[in-house]
Amino acid sequence: MGKSASTLPNMVLTLLIVTAIAGSSLGFIYQLTKAPIEAAATAKQQEAIELVMPGFDNDPAAEMYEIQSDEGFVLKVFPAKKEGEFIGAAIESVTNKGFSGEIRIMVGMKPNGDIVNYQILEHKETPGLGTQMDDWFKPAEAGAEEKSRSAFFDAFYGIKAKAEGGEDTKSIIGKNPGTSRLTVRQDGGEVDAITAATITSRAFLHAVEVAYKTFTEKADAASSATKQEEGGAE
Amino acid sequence: MNQWKNFSKGFFKENAVFTLLLGMCPALGVTSSAINGLGMGLATTFVLVMANIVVSMVKNFIPDKVRIPAFIVIIAAFVTVVEMVMQAYMPSLFESLGLFIPLIVVNCLVLGRAEAFASKNTVGSSVIDGAGMGLGFAMALTMLGGVRELLGSGHFFGWAIYPEDYGMLVFVLAPGAFIALGYLIAIINRFKKA
Repeated sequence: MGKSASTLPNMVLTLLIVTAIAGSSLGFIYQLTKAPIEAAATAKQQEAIELVMPGFDNDPAAEMYEIQSDEGFVLKVFPAKKEGEFIGAAIESVTNKGFSGEIRIMVGMKPNGDIVNYQILEHKETPGLGTQMDDWFKPAEAGAEEKSRSAFFDAFYGIKAKAEGGEDTKSIIGKNPGTSRLTVRQDGGEVDAITAATITSRAFLHAVEVAYKTFTEKADAASSATKQEEGGAE
Repeated sequence: MNQWKNFSKGFFKENAVFTLLLGMCPALGVTSSAINGLGMGLATTFVLVMANIVVSMVKNFIPDKVRIPAFIVIIAAFVTVVEMVMQAYMPSLFESLGLFIPLIVVNCLVLGRAEAFASKNTVGSSVIDGAGMGLGFAMALTMLGGVRELLGSGHFFGWAIYPEDYGMLVFVLAPGAFIALGYLIAIINRFKKA
């Protein structure tokens, strides 16, 4: 069979057929993968909520509402309730003060603002430096890697990984941004910044602070407003 | 053509990364760990084999003057398939490869094989060519990723070999990719000459 000639009708027809077949098969694959893609995203979100705000028995994702922070970012609040009682919320917060790009975190707070736990959702910080924020601001026992590293150093150099007084100056877990100064030491705060990643540390703490402020100042109003809207719709 | 030679040329003699220096963007960009390199390599292999099959099947129907746009549409379709399937079933790998998956479309390796090989050969030879070139590419990316991960963070395929504190951070960052690739090419050239 000879090669088809490069005449205008031939070329137009060929490209039309090629793109039509490609387009329709992509549509088909899209239909197939749509549900699993959504399920994967929901599962990830659910996992993050359970990690940062454990002990709820409602469906926080279903009761999620959005509020706007003073900086103009939209924060997602996932209220956690146990037996109908409000025990806290997982708040998805974001900051653009990072070393590169946005940092998205999920932080769990009790109604008074005490930090329960946090998780980094998305970031583009420097690998090996800024990326340490995954575990840095948690108590030393939380990260298994941290443990093995300090054991390693203890064995060979006798360096104590923890500060002398025994107080953990890195962790923000259990602290309240309203009563503790949760900024890095360089800015007069109480938290040790990540070594060689002060900008990332600042950005992270900023995201926590935004979450706290927005949550304590605006959440109640927003949540009751949402409820009224829902009531009106019913 | 001898089919074994056709398959094995992709690994050393005409290896995309080490010899032809094609597909440098993903080769340098995603290989911060061995598993990322392997994932990217296998995704490219799939696209390469599928695009080679389709291009070699339709080569006679496509007028010469529009062959490049037609090939790119075919390649782009398969890349999008990979992207959606990976997002659905391997979300963590999808996150770490991110932007580089859609960029397979413009990987010179894929278009190069479609243009230089599949559009002139039978379906059978094209499959073998695509598999050989693709797996050679995957091997190169895995080696590069493995070296960078081992030197940079003390891990290999995620297993801790030595404490991360002793890693040379530069190998995880972009400059380390160039340095590691340069030395790997030097070593491979040494063995090719011997």
